[in-house]
Amino acid sequence: MAQMNMVQAINDALRLEMKRDDRVVVLGEDVGKVGGVFRVTAGLYDEFGEERVIDTPLSEGGIIGTAIGMALYGLVPVPEIQFADFIFPAYDQIVSELAKYRYRSGGEYPCKMVIRTPVGGGIRGGHYHSQSPEAQFIHVAGLKVVCPSNAADAKGLLLAAIRDPDPVLFFEPKRVYRAAKGEVPEGDYTVPLGQAKVVRPGKDVTIVTWGAMVYEALDAANKASVEGVECEIVDLRTLWPLDIDSVVGSVKKTGRLVVVHEAPRSCGLGGEIVALVNEKAFLHLEAPPVRVTGFDTPFPYTLEMEYLPLAHRILPAVLATAKY
Amino acid sequence: MSELTRERGLRLLREMLRIRRFEERCAELYQAEKIRGFLHLYIGEEAIAAGVMPELLPDDAVVATYREHGHALARGVAMNAVMAEMYGKWEGASRGRGGSMHIFDAATRFYGGNAIVGGGLPLAVGLALADALQKQSRVTACFFGDGAVAEGEFHESLNLAALWKLPVLFLCENNLYAMGTALERAQSQVDLVAKAASYALPAARVDGMDVVDVGDATRSAVAAIRRGEGPRFLELVTYRFRAHSMFDAELYRTKSEVATWRARDPIALLRARLDLGEAAMAALDAEVVSEVDASVAFAEAGSWEPVERLTTDVYARRPP
Repeated sequence: MAQMNMVQAINDALRLEMKRDDRVVVLGEDVGKVGGVFRVTAGLYDEFGEERVIDTPLSEGGIIGTAIGMALYGLVPVPEIQFADFIFPAYDQIVSELAKYRYRSGGEYPCKMVIRTPVGGGIRGGHYHSQSPEAQFIHVAGLKVVCPSNAADAKGLLLAAIRDPDPVLFFEPKRVYRAAKGEVPEGDYTVPLGQAKVVRPGKDVTIVTWGAMVYEALDAANKASVEGVECEIVDLRTLWPLDIDSVVGSVKKTGRLVVVHEAPRSCGLGGEIVALVNEKAFLHLEAPPVRVTGFDTPFPYTLEMEYLPLAHRILPAVLATAKY
Repeated sequence: MSELTRERGLRLLREMLRIRRFEERCAELYQAEKIRGFLHLYIGEEAIAAGVMPELLPDDAVVATYREHGHALARGVAMNAVMAEMYGKWEGASRGRGGSMHIFDAATRFYGGNAIVGGGLPLAVGLALADALQKQSRVTACFFGDGAVAEGEFHESLNLAALWKLPVLFLCENNLYAMGTALERAQSQVDLVAKAASYALPAARVDGMDVVDVGDATRSAVAAIRRGEGPRFLELVTYRFRAHSMFDAELYRTKSEVATWRARDPIALLRARLDLGEAAMAALDAEVVSEVDASVAFAEAGSWEPVERLTTDVYARRPP
């Protein structure tokens, strides 16, 4: 085991897979010589050369589109979009081409790749360095969506994603890029896609969350514990396909659900989780499911800590749900 | 070239110095965590904003980039409002909602900094189209960097503007690097004038370190646009003296390259041309610094957006 932060763990996964599989190609804005704005691809250009680590112009649509072409000819592209907020010039290529290529070709053309991109708030990045657009991609059938909360999961999930036959969007919570330091197994291992993880067991309230908000949920859960309320925290890890069995299993035990996500509330993934729990565990519910989320607004610079669903907003929701 | 009167020279010098001193203070305030998040400094590129803005009329529109403090100040957005925005204060130009990259000001027809590279180009074309349809003789000045030239929006925008002969002045601030990627590693055609000209609009290259050249080139381009001759493109060759942002270790360029460009500091160049002595320069500097001091005091004294206003000014508000 090695102590790594999430940046190092993702870098380790990329290096390992590029050594193991020479079809893997990294491309994106400043991913090569500079090593990425967050240093996630540091050292790869020197180690693997400019044909495996390709610096691109500022051309997000071009980056994803060319990655699709490479994937169709059997390469395994791992494009980086510098911030999730910058992904929208590539939205057309992702939703119109990537997500639909296999289906449109009657199953003849698989198109596997992993789009890595930093996501979420907490670094005072303002409107366009902070957003969490996962639901906008989940709503488009045909994409897997992953968001790890810690270094060990990040490495294992990324290795699983690169080996997965489907296109995967890999959202990296930048707020905890360097904060979430922990034990990371050395060498090759995968964390299977589609499997959530109970990161804190509890009997009273289920909190479902992912990414950087896992730590806020843990903080709130510790405070709730003082009040005699024990939370079970389910870290989704893979947002789509959703591990609904784990969520429903927990809710059947606690009878209470709080979903926490950074993205705006309306039509967020939380809404889908609540709907599925209603469909699958309605008679087990002791309280209405609750969402603690970002607001239905653009992402603010000054009021960032009010916008984010931090522990100070999760705790009252948990206590109210427990008391209902 | 028009004659450089002493009055014009001093005005241009003061404007560049305002931007320089404002941003130097911003860098200090960033270290002190008064300014948070991202901070992209314009230092080295001041001659462009300072040269272009005096050639526009109050009724013209300006569309800027994420490196837009200089554009805002030179356009006449109050320094107090810009500094307060940097702080994220309610008294800021955009109510503190956006910070450094999102300065807006309707009074000076300043249509925003924009953290999306290339995002401003199509809407600048739209402003110009509306002016054309409404028989206005206004000009839209649209700033963007060499990085934006690789984005699809650049190509769509130049085509539309040239096709419809719209009153847009495209101002490409070519500082030779798209973040850490050098122009020749990002562009198949590094001659951006040739690239723009391929859309059939008149394009020219200007020394972006020479504020007088920038002003003169802008003046003639704006005059042509106002005569109804359609869009113009200026490539302003410049250099940022500081890192791309506060997180940039500048691994992609050499110290000697930076030093070579610093030797062409636009402020020093103009000062030499005006033969401005130490005392006069110090006096000018003191005036500028006192304006910067006042803007810091204004920002410090400002308030934060009340949390109950978090959801205001959003289109299509959700049901309660």
